Amino acid sequence: MSPTTTPGGLSRPTASTDPRTTAPDAWRIEIARRAGIEDPAAPAAEAALREAGLTGIARVATVRGYFLPPELSRAAVERAVREVLCDPVLDVARIVEPKVAPAAQRGVQRVLVARKAGVMDPVALTVARALVRTGIASGDDHAAPFTATFRVFELETGATPIDRDRLAAAAGRGLANEVIEDVLVDDEGLRFGPPPASPRHQLVRVPVRTVDDARLAEIARDGHLSLSPAEMRAIQAHFRTVDREPTACELETIAQTWSEHCKHKTFTGIVDFDGEVIDNLLKRTIKAATLELDRPWCISVFHDNAGIIEFDQGYDVAIKVETHNHPSALDPYGGAGTGVGGVVRDILGVGLGARPIANTDAFFVGPLDMAREDLPKGTLHPARVLTGVVAGVRDYGNRMGIPTVSGGVWSHPGYTSNPLVFAGTVGILPRWAATKSVQPGDLVVVVGGRTGRDGIHGATFSSAELHEESESVSSAAVQIGDAIEEKRVLDGLLKARDERLYRGVTDCGAGGLSSAVGEMSAECGAEVDLDTVPLKYPGLRPEEIWISEAQERMVLAVPPESVERLRAVFEAEDVEATVIGRFTKTGRLVLRYHGEVVGDLDLHFLHEGTPRPVRKATWSAPKLSDPGAPAARDHEAVVLGLLAMPDIASKEWIVRQYDHEVQGRSVLKPLVGTRMDGPGDAAVLQPLETSRKGIAIGCGASARYGELDPGAMAEAVIDEALRNVVAVGGDPDRTAILDNFSWGNCEKPDRLGALVLASKACYRAAIAYGTPFVSGKDSLNNEYRVGDRSIPIPPTLLVTALSICPDVARSTSMDLKRAGSRLYLVGTTRAEMGGSHYLALREHTGGVVPRPDLAVAPKLFRALHAAIQSGAGTVLAVHDLSEGGLAVAAAEMAFAGDLGVHVRLASVPCAELASSHDPDSTRLYSESCSRFLIEVGGGRASEFEAFFAGLPCAYVGDVESAPRLVVEGVRGGRILDVPVDRLRSAHQSSAR
Amino acid sequence: MKAARTLLLRTAGTNCDGETVRALEMVGAEVDVVHVRRLLAEPQRLENVDLLVFPGGFSYGDDVAAGRILGLELRHGLLPELCRFVDRGGHVLGVCNGFQILVESGLFEREANAAELPPRAIALHQNASNRFECRWVTLRAERSAVRWLEPGMLIPCPSAHGEGRFVVRDDSVLRRLEQKGQIALRYARPDGTAATEYPANPNGSVQSIAGICDPTGRVLGLMPHPERNIEPWHHPHWTRLAAGDGRTEGEGLEFYRRLVAAAAGVPVERRSTAGAT
Repeated sequence: MSPTTTPGGLSRPTASTDPRTTAPDAWRIEIARRAGIEDPAAPAAEAALREAGLTGIARVATVRGYFLPPELSRAAVERAVREVLCDPVLDVARIVEPKVAPAAQRGVQRVLVARKAGVMDPVALTVARALVRTGIASGDDHAAPFTATFRVFELETGATPIDRDRLAAAAGRGLANEVIEDVLVDDEGLRFGPPPASPRHQLVRVPVRTVDDARLAEIARDGHLSLSPAEMRAIQAHFRTVDREPTACELETIAQTWSEHCKHKTFTGIVDFDGEVIDNLLKRTIKAATLELDRPWCISVFHDNAGIIEFDQGYDVAIKVETHNHPSALDPYGGAGTGVGGVVRDILGVGLGARPIANTDAFFVGPLDMAREDLPKGTLHPARVLTGVVAGVRDYGNRMGIPTVSGGVWSHPGYTSNPLVFAGTVGILPRWAATKSVQPGDLVVVVGGRTGRDGIHGATFSSAELHEESESVSSAAVQIGDAIEEKRVLDGLLKARDERLYRGVTDCGAGGLSSAVGEMSAECGAEVDLDTVPLKYPGLRPEEIWISEAQERMVLAVPPESVERLRAVFEAEDVEATVIGRFTKTGRLVLRYHGEVVGDLDLHFLHEGTPRPVRKATWSAPKLSDPGAPAARDHEAVVLGLLAMPDIASKEWIVRQYDHEVQGRSVLKPLVGTRMDGPGDAAVLQPLETSRKGIAIGCGASARYGELDPGAMAEAVIDEALRNVVAVGGDPDRTAILDNFSWGNCEKPDRLGALVLASKACYRAAIAYGTPFVSGKDSLNNEYRVGDRSIPIPPTLLVTALSICPDVARSTSMDLKRAGSRLYLVGTTRAEMGGSHYLALREHTGGVVPRPDLAVAPKLFRALHAAIQSGAGTVLAVHDLSEGGLAVAAAEMAFAGDLGVHVRLASVPCAELASSHDPDSTRLYSESCSRFLIEVGGGRASEFEAFFAGLPCAYVGDVESAPRLVVEGVRGGRILDVPVDRLRSAHQSSAR
Repeated sequence: MKAARTLLLRTAGTNCDGETVRALEMVGAEVDVVHVRRLLAEPQRLENVDLLVFPGGFSYGDDVAAGRILGLELRHGLLPELCRFVDRGGHVLGVCNGFQILVESGLFEREANAAELPPRAIALHQNASNRFECRWVTLRAERSAVRWLEPGMLIPCPSAHGEGRFVVRDDSVLRRLEQKGQIALRYARPDGTAATEYPANPNGSVQSIAGICDPTGRVLGLMPHPERNIEPWHHPHWTRLAAGDGRTEGEGLEFYRRLVAAAAGVPVERRSTAGAT
């Protein structure tokens, strides 16, 4: 701490004559914790540096830095410090004059972390506005003076300082994200000011009509257009017929619109699957099931930003789950945060807008205990990725005031270089708001944040493979979110909706304005004046404005007579609403910049002109021997080992960071039981205070099934998602599901073959269960290139289920309730150990992947639902059998209820087993589908059994007061007897 | 009985307005939700209000520090009106971010009818765990200047914040708060005994202090959320409670029932005598 610091919290300016430093022309304020006040952020920073390989640091102090405009007077700056930046109880401040560097301190090295030029800095924006509102600086909310923030880590390194480059490298790994931040040691090169402007705009035409394929490929590559040769040729042909060259704006628009991310070319294309030609896989499988089932309660499916199903009292619920993989690989925190922001905007943009009431998240990462030296080049450590995405979801979701209630974590080496991040949102909206209709003559209005150079080429980037240089070339594709801006948009939008001030709305996601306006105008036409779009800073070229993926923006179609009122409604929430053009009936998309036409595209060509090449697909099952179900010598070791595996271990350290109670709708929380540490199968919410109906939200996925048998995987994870919602009280006949495919590069026949098999299985299962798909999203280029090798992720399907609960008061949790109850096992256990955690624990691969019996499973679900609804006292607790099988389910129910369990494996309904499958291990650890462990109240056995007449259901054990998990093997005799406390601590062991 | 005329203040980042309005209305308050911009423009709106509520959320993203910017706006644009409001008997409640805002505003340390705010000696610091945490806690009402709180009354409810650790400049401040009856709520174990450690005390607050009031007892702030425990199925153990035990509402509703009654001028019966009067 600077010696000149005074107890008052302010300090005299400290000058430095250090020739190394070139201090920026801005007031520099540094806020540190007062002596004697704990600095909770310091231990984390210290640990991060140690983990990054630094030793010999006596102490770390964290300091928050601010740059204020140089034109401010010292008096004004001191006021800003006293009133805005410095807490009189907790903090001390250092004020350093413009162009002066802070004095070096003996034995202290300073690591500075500052955002790269042009990267969003919401805190700086808030500070600037506060300065204006308190009269400390002049300006207004939308034109506040430029300010910046930075972080300082002061390291006491004593007499022998750490080598500067080593320190910078370690800090880059441990304290910063160099994709968006600069790391500096001792102030060198710290800059202040908005990013440099792009070269001045002049209308750029790109000659394509007469060039050869090689040149077309060059244009695509150099422009980061991610367009295939066939697509470039289609563009060439189009501009030959219209007899002119495309402009840069037009090429960008086509590239965004045709990107896999926006167009889903694979799913809607033509596939030749070993001779079977499938025209539009999506339409033939997933959508076909929804169409055939034709559920009257499906209000809007597939065509809007989210799926909508009927709820109650004139209200519907909307749901959408998005993938946000590539941005999260580069910047886990920012990527996951903007992933949440994006899917929330999908809900704000469905129909005329829904109110978000819940978020979900699912993460697929590499081994959390991976050795640093095993990390591929250009890859963040899986543990760093996981803590980063969790923090990103936490900070965005919590600030938006949307409870994050459901999700999961799956770990597998195949995700190390290409982690997967899924974010979902559920919303509620009145029926009248479920549809939109843009009219020619409506004004194109953009609301929300200003447009900057952030997220250029996000859509095309996310459609390309990651590679070692992704970090550098694509850093522009990373956007930084501002949750509060989006909350303001939400507040304004729902007011404007209820005043019926607009006819259409969609969000600015991938492709920015180009995709949003392009979509909304598809049926009519539009003209946009790009120079009217509000900018964060000057100097953007029109094509940058057009495709920027700056966050927190929505586009509305507003009748001219409503625009003034609309402006007022948003202004009341401090949100800018700006008219940037109008919808027409010309069928063309016209872009102007200061009057000059910079784009004029035929919308039919834009949306229908994508070539549909026939893609080859094939599948051959991997040649692996079936390890069967080896006998376990020590079942206690196995059970404790399973409970500690990342997929199974407690997610409490994650769940507690999410505000899962905000909005006060929670009925069943993510964690349940006496100590609130039991992993619930699904969350239950009460969306309307006037209705006793609820919604259950659950999901299913596997990291291991897909490689062995993609078809079985799809059926199994659909079964798992349904198990989860039915277990808590959801009605299987009022359940909708969503598909999220994350796959390898489907240009490659084997990847595409797996996708075909999974899609066909989705159709079969949806029909069998009677559960329609209402929405979905795919991410089909999850491969990581090192040198000339391209590694695909394991084929991964996340299925999310949304189910209506007839009465929230009948919801059932998984924690055991009382000693003396009976335990029933519903469903048949089979010799299906393929992809099981038991085999993974023993490092075996291969085997038969679990597959639900589609004739029986729906009956089981309906029977269980009827039993749960039959009333209090019969079904006391339900837990589905999934990762880790019966052993893990029984263990979790026991420690969640602080009660004991006694299970007799001989009573478990089990199929014929070959000698390769040990009878005890199979019954304990098989992950066969459609199974539940159920606590039935004493004396209610016969009522309960009546519901399952003719179905696999058996009395397999009892709930006991002594807190132990006791298992009797099929041949009698205890094969497991372990105190519940040991189970609990094993389950908690991997918290971070 | 006369309904408490309640003004609930919201701004960019407020996000607990829904459940808070609901709790207030369930116990008969007449609630008017107003954006801070409007109140700053029309401060006279406070004149015919009995109860002013600052709900939870992330006002201005909690940028710089939780509640800092809105607290600043109140000191700048509304302080005289706020002081007059309290001095003429108005009640103020701040929950979570609302508590943080009130701490920043300086209202807790102001003597009744004092013109000047003393320098701030209390603060809400980052949680000891250095992260946002959402978990159920048990609140215990202490003997305090808050006449409508029954000492010993227990309120289980969620706490959900990253900066809720109550700290004071030095021990003399604690003694002063104690002696003026300003320590209104403490974290307790579910059985009501003192919470001495994490997680019963979820954030490391000194003396497990969860909520304080001003010397008049009419300005109350707390970190946890009673408004998130108003339905019978809000309690994390509701599925374990024996069927038909007659639990018809969440324990947090009684907190609001008493507050609203007091704000409406209805004497709240209190079996024991207050620590301060």
